[in-house]
Amino acid sequence: MGMTMTQKILSAHAGLESVQAGELILVNLDLVLGNDITSPVAIKEFSKLGKDSVFDKNKITMVMDHFAPAKDIKSAQQCKICRDFCSEKEITHFYDVGKMGIEHALLPEQGLVSAGYAVIGADSHTCTYGALGAFSTGVGSTDMACGMAIGKAWFKVPSAIKFNLTGKLRKYVSGKDVILNIIGKIGVDGALYKSMEFSGEGLSSLSMADRLCIANMAIEAGAKNGIFAVDDITLDYIKAHGGAEPVIYKADDDAVYDEVIEINLTEIEPTVAFPHLPENARTFDQFGEIKINQVVIGSCTNGRYEDLLEAAEIMEGKKCAENVRVIVIPATQEIYLKAMENGLLKIFIESGAVVSTPTCGPCLGGYMGILAEGERAVTTTNRNFVGRMGHTESEIYLASPAVAAASALTGRITSPWEVM
Amino acid sequence: MKYTGDVIKYGDNIDTDVIIPARYLNTSDRKELASHCMEDLDKTFVSRVKAGDIVTAGYNFGCGSSREHAPIAIKASGVSLVIAKSFARIFYRNSINIGLAIVECPEAVDGISEGDKIEADMDSGIIKNLTTGKEYKTEPFPEFIQKIIENGGLIQSIADGIIK
Repeated sequence: MGMTMTQKILSAHAGLESVQAGELILVNLDLVLGNDITSPVAIKEFSKLGKDSVFDKNKITMVMDHFAPAKDIKSAQQCKICRDFCSEKEITHFYDVGKMGIEHALLPEQGLVSAGYAVIGADSHTCTYGALGAFSTGVGSTDMACGMAIGKAWFKVPSAIKFNLTGKLRKYVSGKDVILNIIGKIGVDGALYKSMEFSGEGLSSLSMADRLCIANMAIEAGAKNGIFAVDDITLDYIKAHGGAEPVIYKADDDAVYDEVIEINLTEIEPTVAFPHLPENARTFDQFGEIKINQVVIGSCTNGRYEDLLEAAEIMEGKKCAENVRVIVIPATQEIYLKAMENGLLKIFIESGAVVSTPTCGPCLGGYMGILAEGERAVTTTNRNFVGRMGHTESEIYLASPAVAAASALTGRITSPWEVM
Repeated sequence: MKYTGDVIKYGDNIDTDVIIPARYLNTSDRKELASHCMEDLDKTFVSRVKAGDIVTAGYNFGCGSSREHAPIAIKASGVSLVIAKSFARIFYRNSINIGLAIVECPEAVDGISEGDKIEADMDSGIIKNLTTGKEYKTEPFPEFIQKIIENGGLIQSIADGIIK
């Protein structure tokens, strides 16, 4: 029986000729990731193993991004635990303030992930790297601890849903609209325990930024991983970012899928996910005027340069609406610098937005943009659960950078097609 | 392994942000996490949960973030077992890895009400509702996972050389 792309990567990393959905296997890992929230718990668990060293100091990375630069004393302590551990174990890829960025934007940019890799990260959005043709999935801190110790993780081999992409996205429609549309279709547990495999002729029109955004939110459909077939766009990206030699795994022609879903990219419209689940996706013909108090453009989902560029194009020479707070967060130092050099930051600041240092802060209600009771935000982040960005009586609407930028100008949830 | 306790019942898609809000993730202290467990969903949980209580929930329990703080907070609250119609996958593996007992059984969840007394025998896979007298059967864990749980979690399994 043929294997899916994910099954092929897993079987190769388990040293097996083939695997089948449902099989429990032990997988060799190419990279183990943690952040300032999840790593301290992993470090505590790691210490119980009594091991002097990690399995490979070059295959572990820790990124201080959630509550860093430290928002309070407790967060500072958490970062210190990570800093001390990485120093003691001589971890090569430790990213602290000044070098750090939001982990899932940072790792591909720094060339730490390549096609064919098997990656675990103690962060649910680790599924992002599937955009590079890697098997990559979020786990907890104990898995991270064991990954650091023995370089392995246990998995139940997933079955898969195939998404056959055709057509081409229209102007101001991006990967975010695609994934919100898909989650709206299949639900927040529509891909539970499964792989979401993206392929088809439509792939050639999707930028890496679009693909990273789509793979990033696979977890929002409950998936174990999202993964894209490797093409020249992937290979060019990996090469440009100094990634390791890619290993290309292709799904077998006779691979068995639970379901094949056709997605015509040309038909995708600007899409917004209403509170309080990412599956509450609606297009602009399905709702009326919704006033907002805050806009956030950033996160591991949509804080990349292409995202900022699209937002800047819409906001250039215009002013943000009265009484709307607009927060722009470039996801990494490199993106920040490029946005500065190319005049994007000037556009944002002149329009009345603030620009922050890279941080996950507001996305998970940490800091840098918490919502008060009754407030509403349009945000390019990934979750709109109750209380996610602040008060339990606040509301989060998930959207693309283009929708967020258009909404910043009007003070209500607005389609980019209306203002451009 | 047998668990007996009173039921606290929740619905579908209970996410890790309501199980333990991110504003409390600046600590990994179990007791402190437990003191905020379920806070954004049910402010009464912390004051009414007793040692041994059993939580039941609908589909996709524990969806969202990978924070292990979520199953840790539930376990440290005294909850002995979570029965759900389904679990989000990261929450599921985190629970196994830290030794929080969990089981999927949609029929049991439908047949159990808030406050019922439950006895769950994980070896036989029988969940008994002692209040109504009804019984439900679940699938036992695969052997590989059973080994991890019996050995007290993933860390102990590696320390003992069961997983190399």
